[in-house]
Parts: sequence; C-alpha cells; structure tokens
Amino acid sequence: MDSDRVADIWGARTPHGAGAPWPDRVDGFLSGGIGEDDVERWVRSACLLCSNGCGLEIAVAGGRIVGVRGRAEDRVNHGRLGPKGLYGWQGEQHERLTAPMVREGGRLVETDWDTAMARVVERSRALLDAKGPLSHGFFTSGQLMTEEYYTLAAIGKGGIGTPHMDGNTRLCTATAATAFGESFGCDGQPGSYTDIDHCDTVFLFGHNVAETQTVLWARVLDRLDGPNPPRLVCVDPRRTKVAERATVHLPIRNGTNLALMNALVHELIARGHVDAGYVGAHTIGYAGLEELTRDATPEWAAEICGVPAADIVRAAEIFGTGERVVSTVSMGFYQSHQATAASCQVNNLHLLRGMLGRPGAGILQMNGQPSAENNREAGCGPALPGFRNWDNPEHVRELAELWNVDPIVIPHWSPPTHANAMFRYAEQGSIGFLWIAGTNPMVSMPDTGRIRRILSGDQCFVVVSDGYRTETTELADVVLPAALWAEKTGTATNVDRTVHLFEKAVEPPGQARSDLVIWLDYARRLGLTDKDGAPLPAWNTPEEAFEAWKRCTAGRPVDYTGLTYGMLHDRGGMQWPCNTGAPDGTERLYTDGRFPTAYDDCETFGHHLATGATVSETEFRASRPDGRAVLKTAPYEPAYELPDEEYPLRFTTGRTVYHWHTRTKTRRAPQLQEAAPSMWVEISEPDADRIGVAEGDIVRVTSRRGSIEAPARISRIREGTVFAPWHYGNPGDEDPTDRDAAGRDTADTAANELTINAWDPISKQPEFKVAAVSVVRVRAGDGPAPAPTTTASAPVHGTSTTNRR
Amino acid sequence: MHLPTYLTMLAAAERTLAASHLRVAGGHTDEPDVRYTCTGFAAQSTRNADALDPIAERYAGRRQAEPDRLHPRGLTAVRPGPVGLLRDLQDLYQLAGLVEITWTLVGQAAAGARDRELIGVAGASGPRIGAQLAWLRMRMKAAAPQTLLVAP
Repeated sequence: MDSDRVADIWGARTPHGAGAPWPDRVDGFLSGGIGEDDVERWVRSACLLCSNGCGLEIAVAGGRIVGVRGRAEDRVNHGRLGPKGLYGWQGEQHERLTAPMVREGGRLVETDWDTAMARVVERSRALLDAKGPLSHGFFTSGQLMTEEYYTLAAIGKGGIGTPHMDGNTRLCTATAATAFGESFGCDGQPGSYTDIDHCDTVFLFGHNVAETQTVLWARVLDRLDGPNPPRLVCVDPRRTKVAERATVHLPIRNGTNLALMNALVHELIARGHVDAGYVGAHTIGYAGLEELTRDATPEWAAEICGVPAADIVRAAEIFGTGERVVSTVSMGFYQSHQATAASCQVNNLHLLRGMLGRPGAGILQMNGQPSAENNREAGCGPALPGFRNWDNPEHVRELAELWNVDPIVIPHWSPPTHANAMFRYAEQGSIGFLWIAGTNPMVSMPDTGRIRRILSGDQCFVVVSDGYRTETTELADVVLPAALWAEKTGTATNVDRTVHLFEKAVEPPGQARSDLVIWLDYARRLGLTDKDGAPLPAWNTPEEAFEAWKRCTAGRPVDYTGLTYGMLHDRGGMQWPCNTGAPDGTERLYTDGRFPTAYDDCETFGHHLATGATVSETEFRASRPDGRAVLKTAPYEPAYELPDEEYPLRFTTGRTVYHWHTRTKTRRAPQLQEAAPSMWVEISEPDADRIGVAEGDIVRVTSRRGSIEAPARISRIREGTVFAPWHYGNPGDEDPTDRDAAGRDTADTAANELTINAWDPISKQPEFKVAAVSVVRVRAGDGPAPAPTTTASAPVHGTSTTNRR
Repeated sequence: MHLPTYLTMLAAAERTLAASHLRVAGGHTDEPDVRYTCTGFAAQSTRNADALDPIAERYAGRRQAEPDRLHPRGLTAVRPGPVGLLRDLQDLYQLAGLVEITWTLVGQAAAGARDRELIGVAGASGPRIGAQLAWLRMRMKAAAPQTLLVAP
C-alpha cells in the first residue's frame, strides 16, 4: 500500500493475453500514521478525479477521510487506483469554503445561508419578472452527481424555462456526444473497457491516456506486456508515454486531424478493407463518404500533417487488417476546429469494417470529466434529459408529462445554448443572472482576459457554488459553499456507461451543502411549481431524485430503470442500459448493427459537418436511416488561426498526470502538488536552439490575445509546436484587487490567456489545440523547468527518473 | 439570348455575396462563429464565381439588352449590437437566396441548352449556397429569441 505512486504512475504490471480476464491488483493509500486497524468504516464509492470512474472504498476514522483503496470486484479498475485517486482526496481537507459569502462594497464577506439565498432569489425573481426566463443562465460542471444535474435540468428547463444551460462539459466532452449523434443518431458509448482485454489492435486519436486515465493505460500496458500484444497506433504531436509504446506514432501538426482521418478512410476504401456486407446492411452515406475522401491520398495528407506518407499507409494497413480493433478518441480531436468531423471519421473507420459491437471491436469516444456523461444524459448540456431530441415534439411532450408542466415552458425552439453563446449573452447583459456551479471558467475557458471582463462587469449578477475560493469565486456577487465528493450521496457514470453509487462518508465542512440541497432550496424559495401547483422538482433526497431520473430514462437508449442504490452498493459499477430486458446491464451497444436513427428514437437529425447547419426533419426522413448508422465527413479546412511571421508557432494546451482541471483539489494534495508545482511551457529542441532558449529559461509566449511567462521545458514535442498545461491560473486572479492595482509585477501564467475564442461548428467545443504564438527568451531560470520528467513532459536530454527536483 | 446576362449577373452576385460575408465577418469579430464561418463562405462564393467566369466568357458574344436593376446590392456597412447582427444576417440571407435561386434558374437554362459544363457547375455551386442559407437560417433562429426579447 505504500509504494510511491507519484514516481510509479501506473503501478506494477499484471500482464495477460487476449481474452483472458484482467487480473485484480488492489491499490490503496492511508494517511501517515494510520493503519488498517485504525479505520472505523470503509464506505463504497468511486474515484471522481477523471472519467475512468474507478471503484473504491473510502477509509473513515474520527469523522474524517483517512485513505482509500480500490475495489477488486469493480469492472472498471479491478482494484487499481491512479496517483490522483490515491492522493487527491486530501485536497478536500484544506482551505475549503465553509460559509456563504456576498459582495459588500466590492469585497466578499461571509454571511449565513438565509442572507445569501435571499440575495440570490431576490435578483433572480426581479429579473424573471422584468425580462423573463432568457435572462437566466446556468453553467455547471462535469463533476456533480446525476441527481444534481437532473434536479437542475428540471428547475431550469421545466420550472424557469431557460435554454441557457450548459456545462464545462462543453470544453471536454461535447464532441464525443455530437460524434455519436451524427453517426448513430444518439449519444451513448458503443464500446466497453473490456474491449481492451480482447483487442489485437488499438488506436489512440489525440488521447494521452497515460496521463489522463492512468488506470485505463495500466489496462493497455498489461496487454502490451503480455503474450500476443496488440499493435498500437498513436496520433499526437507530443512524444507521450503512449507514443513510446506505439507500433506507429503519427506526430501530426496540431490542427490537421481531419486531413489525416480522411486519408485513413481513403486508404481503407482504396485497399479494399471495407466490409461491404456490413456497410450495405447497417449504414447509409457510403457513396458520399467515398466521394469526399477520393482525393485524400496519404501523400496529400502527409504534406498537410507533416508526417511521412508511408506512416499513414502503415497505420491504415494496421487498422484494415486488425481483427479486433479498439479506438479511443480524446481532447486532441475534440478541442479543435473540425472536431466533430474528425471524430465521426473514427466512427466511420469502425463502421466501414463492421468493427463494433463484439469483444475487442469497439469505439471509446472519451469523456474528460468524471461525470461529464451525466451532464450529457440529464439535460444540463447539449441535449434534453434522457437524450431527448429538442426538435421532436413527442420527446418534449414526454418530458412535460414527467414534470407535469405545460410543454410550452420547456425551451425547444433551438438546441440548448452552448457555453460560448451563454458567456456572450452575459457579456452583452442579456443574461443578467449567471449561476456557475462546480467549475472555474476563469482558468478553463478560452481567452481568460475576456472571461475576466465578463464576470467582473456590472451587467451580469454572478452566483458561484464551489468547494473552494477560486479565480472565479473572486469575481462573483454571491459565493455558496458546496459539499464535495464523499460528503454527499449520488451516482455518476464513467466513459463506458458504468454507473457507480458514491456514498456519503463524512459531513461537509462548516455550512457547506450539496448542490442538490442548494438548488432545491433555490427552487422552493423561488416558488417553482408544476401546473397543478405542486412543488417542482417533486423530490427532496438523492434517492428520490434518482428514482425520478430512472422514470425519465424509461424507454430511452440511456435506460437506468433496472438500477437501484442497493444494487450499486452491493455490486459496484454496472453499465446502462439496465432494465428488465438486461437486468445485469449491457456491456456493448449495437451488437446487432441496429442504431437509434429511427425518427422516434433519435436524439438529433444531425448536421452538415462542413458548416454545422442542422439537418431538417424533412431531410432526415428523406435519407431513410431507419436504424442504420450514418457515414459522413467534410473536406479538411485549415485551423482558424495559422502561424505567420509575427506568431510563427502552433500553441496547444493539455493536461499533466498529477493535476485535475484547475487544481482546486490536486494543488492541496501535497504529493501531487510537489510533483508539478507550477507552470511551464514545452518547446522542441530545434525551436529552442533557434530562439536561443535553454532548459529552464524563462520565456514569454505571446498570442494575439495576451502573453504569459514561464520556464521552458525542452521536450520531444513536434518541431513548430508549443505545449502548455492549462491547469495553472494567474497569480493576479487569486486576489483580483492585486490585478486591478497599477504596476502589477507578476506576469500572467494561465495558458488560456493565449487561446482563441472559436469552436467546432457542431459540438461548439472550443479550439484549444491551435493558436499562433511567438516565443522569446526573457531571462535565465533557476534550474530545470518544474515540469514532470515521468511523462510526455520529460526533457529531451534528461536522465533523471524522478520528477522531483 | 438572356443567359449571358444571367451568367454575368450571377458571377457578380457571388462576388457581392463574398464581399458582404467579409464585411459581416470583419464587423462582428466578437461573434467568432459568424466571423470564421462567413469568412469561409466568402472564399466559397469567390470560387463559385471563378468557376463561372470561363463559361460566361463562352456566351459573351450573344448578349441581349439586360433588364433594369439587374444586380443585387451588397452590404455596405455593418450594424452594431445584437439586433444589428440579426439584421445583417438577414441581409446576407436575402442576398444568398437570390444567388441560390439564380443558380437554379441558370441550371435550368443549362439543361435546355445541353451545356454539360454549365450543368455540372450549377449542380455543384447551387447546393453550396443552399448550405450557406441553411447555416444562416440556423444561426438567426438560435439568436432571435434572445435578440428580440432581452438584448440591450
């Protein structure tokens, strides 16, 4: 239990061959001085520090969390935990918000719940009366519980009636949802993590899984180190740990994904790797796909992507000859200008080969955050609850019936408003009440300077509920202290549809309350009712909310009706759909090649991938998908902002293994914070030589939006590309009174000072992967950059095996 | 025949549409989707016009007198604010609508004239403008409630 899992990120290997079960390996960590005998209770839960959702138990002693251990019987992790899972919980025990705060004379001052909520409700009610529901926006998270999302969906869409509800899931997982919608008619992960155990080929598209989902990478490593290992293809401009194990690594220019994908599809077709029987029976759109990729030769793509054509040919050959191929797709594809089209091409590769719905043949379009999936499902994001289609009146009527409200209350004249538009409306003041819950847009949203102006202005009243003071709470009008993981009960669902019950282990600190309690209090104080005058939402406890959610999912692809808190407690994670027809859950979707593309079933009629224009109901019906998947793509277009003489390099942002999001928890866990204590930027050796930068030198990176200063790590990143982790904020935003004072002497460090405000036309996921920047040396540093050496951030000439300086 | 007049008018209208897209893109840079999408549409309309030029050239010697007020007007200035944006997009929609129906009419004439080259160009270009219309329609529909009910 005591090995140093900061240095040994993925833990000991337990290799196995294809088709054999993944062996158990139980990981755990207890605080210093605590032994197993000191633990009073083990409380069942799952990890909430990435989208993997590893089943675990929380050790409690003296009313406090004292450790964690993995659950061997859980299907997701078989006992394993990663560094964040082992150590991250400690961050909940420091510097928490314990009382509500309101802004008085420009400063946040502590108060009680009655005062804070009265202020929230007074402003909310006044705006609703004066301007109506479109004055309200709710920007939530990928880290809350299903019960909380569904409760807010009922309040926002059924009670208030605003379309302005989205989550930071827009930044992490929106493209996964839209790629499923375009290809299969509805959101829902086709594959299962067990496909890793069976596959003979694995493709990772823009997915640095070794750092973002360490336990999933451990699962892959156990195949790579076992008999008959799978071939591995990695698409990533950085030399990640995944790339180091690749049969073929394609370090393409960031911003050129779709050129590569169109070439891979071209090759699959040109080399005769298409399963014509499957395509004929189970898809539509083949002719259009063939036409749009006809000229996308490997040589053409090689020029655009900056990799050898022979490597593209080899990658296509590997895909075309695999018998059990798993693909995973993540932020490298999602946070880019043609995100949905590129991600659909991954689905298309699988459809062309009939490569889904059986063991080892699967698609894993990843989620970023632990409960991003639930935000998508429950209707706080791009869809109506239960993957219902806003453009289908019958779906809206079902929802109105569930909530006992008039269907006209539920906004369904357009898709739910995306985060970028919400912040634009808040900037203009047409959203005058913005509630931000469990997220820190001052660090995570693109173009930080703009977000700062929006949140600090007088045009919009900002409520923030969070567990900590953050760069965002500092700009709020009211701050509400929220209970975190292990301080409340609820469910969340991971990447491969595995639902876990997260049981309350300890009391929240001070006056902190769960988001469920906070929102129900808001709804009651606002007097929201259904059409018969009964309180809306019609539930009060997490389990009542879960039962209501189950009713909402009945008959939809995301069917939870067979699950209960009791079952989830006893068995650990279970996969939806789970109902009378599948009482133990469902491992893989689309095993029979039938997809939810019939009019009555589908969540969306789809979009034209080149422009993002919606496919109309008439067009959709005329295409007669009728249960078949849809093959579609778009021509490659260059990124929104390309390098030029003034800004000659391609900037991209990403994650490091030791931190989670904006570090609210992980910076307060000593092992993790020490492993990656502060900001750095990565550049290639040729670029460093040209600019005259040595390891650890302080560099200034400048884009058209702003500039940052940080130590340079000279790494094995692609030449011409600059990488920065986006976890770190600006020193001046932790105390904005500093920032406002003239003569601020600390430079900005937040990666999003540089990023562009633009997005994919279908998923509306922001472009974080290409911004044109310049890099100049400012001064010598005091030693190597504070970047980990155990990961993709390793120095190009490093021999050290530890990240510690 | 009047087809030469229409071919000249269509090529000019595509260029007017391109210039109008660029004006809207440049005048609403705080709306990134408008900015980048309209910039892309401008390039597309310019390509459409370029593809039409050699065909118009072929018919150039057979022009008859053209009708009054033949050419549509483009946007000369953008309007500020949310409602200004909505109204600008409506202007683009109107102009793109004229271009799109003109491609349809020219395609009809091309069929009558058994002009395979023009049939091909009209068959490819018209739907691209149809896609512009679909995008403009979606964008305006999404913005209309906020703009007309609560925008400052």
